[in-house]
Amino acid sequence: MTAVIQTRHLSKSYGRVQAVHQLNLEIKRGCITAFLGRNGAGKSTTIKMLLGMIAPSAGEGTVLGLSIRDAEANREMRRRVAYVAENKPLYGYMTVGQTIRFASSFYPDWCADRAKDLVNRYELPIDRRVRLLSKGMRTKLALLLAFSRRPDLLILDEPSEGLDPVGIEELLESLAGQAAEGTTVFFSSHQIAEVERIADYVCVLERGRLMVDASLDHLRESYRRIELVFPSAPLEHDFCISGVERIREHGCAVSIFASGNADAVVERARDLHATSIEIAPVGLREIFLETVREG
Amino acid sequence: MFFKLTPTTGQPLYLQLMQQVRHAVETGALQNGEQLPGIRTLAEELVVSPNTIAKAYSELEHEGILELRQGSGAFVCVKRRVLNLRDHMPSVQRRIRDLVDRLRDDGLQDDEIRRAFEAELLNPVEVARNA
Repeated sequence: MTAVIQTRHLSKSYGRVQAVHQLNLEIKRGCITAFLGRNGAGKSTTIKMLLGMIAPSAGEGTVLGLSIRDAEANREMRRRVAYVAENKPLYGYMTVGQTIRFASSFYPDWCADRAKDLVNRYELPIDRRVRLLSKGMRTKLALLLAFSRRPDLLILDEPSEGLDPVGIEELLESLAGQAAEGTTVFFSSHQIAEVERIADYVCVLERGRLMVDASLDHLRESYRRIELVFPSAPLEHDFCISGVERIREHGCAVSIFASGNADAVVERARDLHATSIEIAPVGLREIFLETVREG
Repeated sequence: MFFKLTPTTGQPLYLQLMQQVRHAVETGALQNGEQLPGIRTLAEELVVSPNTIAKAYSELEHEGILELRQGSGAFVCVKRRVLNLRDHMPSVQRRIRDLVDRLRDDGLQDDEIRRAFEAELLNPVEVARNA
């Protein structure tokens, strides 16, 4: 599988603040990749660097094989990438219908039929001015402009912001549909439960650094929480095993958060005569929280 | 046919879908020759990545449960081996249950039994020879 987005040591600093630090990203073609991180982790900065909207302080990157630092390559790239920005910039004085007509004139890959479908599905008031739309309606209009194209790559920055649960469901259905047509999807989100359903891959950014970069299948199969009880309190270094990310002790009870190698932990616990061993799978929410709360 | 995938069970979604299709075939909920929803349709319905569906369908084709026909979709196609297996399944399950009961009587715990089974299955060639 080839990479649609690739970065090498991509960095951005504002004065002494490192917003993005030595990022090595590789987003696979034809897949849905979710980009998670707390507010201020550097997600939007990364996306804007990929799109050529802000210049990196250091490092390199390509999108669809085109350098993100080259202005000419950038124009070609923007023709093949649909992007929905975090703040959903639209012209407030235009109506919904005018906005759609205006956008359609810029993109050769525009599908008028699909735009019409989405207006109905999203129940957008065609004659209302954009500035009078609710936040959710505004988001839906911005999404419609992206989903009415057939881009090679779809980049969405917080696409579910302002949407109600029904809107989020419609958004995810649209993402699945776009991906089924071969579009690569890269989107940032705080909606962990939704990401867990739809994404093939997940990247977690924390303070500008990539902490997790894995397929959800791999996370599901590898991450485990292991709860152990011993006759007497064990030593922490008893569980210095690769894959053990965090150990919590409370008297004779030990809770281990492992990114892999759960079998080896269980083996060790048996050797130490554990009186109780429980292994449970770990959801993405827990993996995310453990990752961003580290250190 | 209704499928339901649970993202938090610690098992990849494509494996869950495979199990549910297999189960539907074993119970007769899906009949031989029946067509399954297209990749896009099922991905939108279950709100999962189309790659999840594609992977499950393709693995099920390898197992001889589905046939993927160019341009027209996925069809249940239960090969003779699978049909034989389906007929034998009740007796297989009975024998395994007896063995598990005996091992439990001997004082083994369930995950110890599971691990013993898994260790034994790591050598598929010998299993095939014995069979």
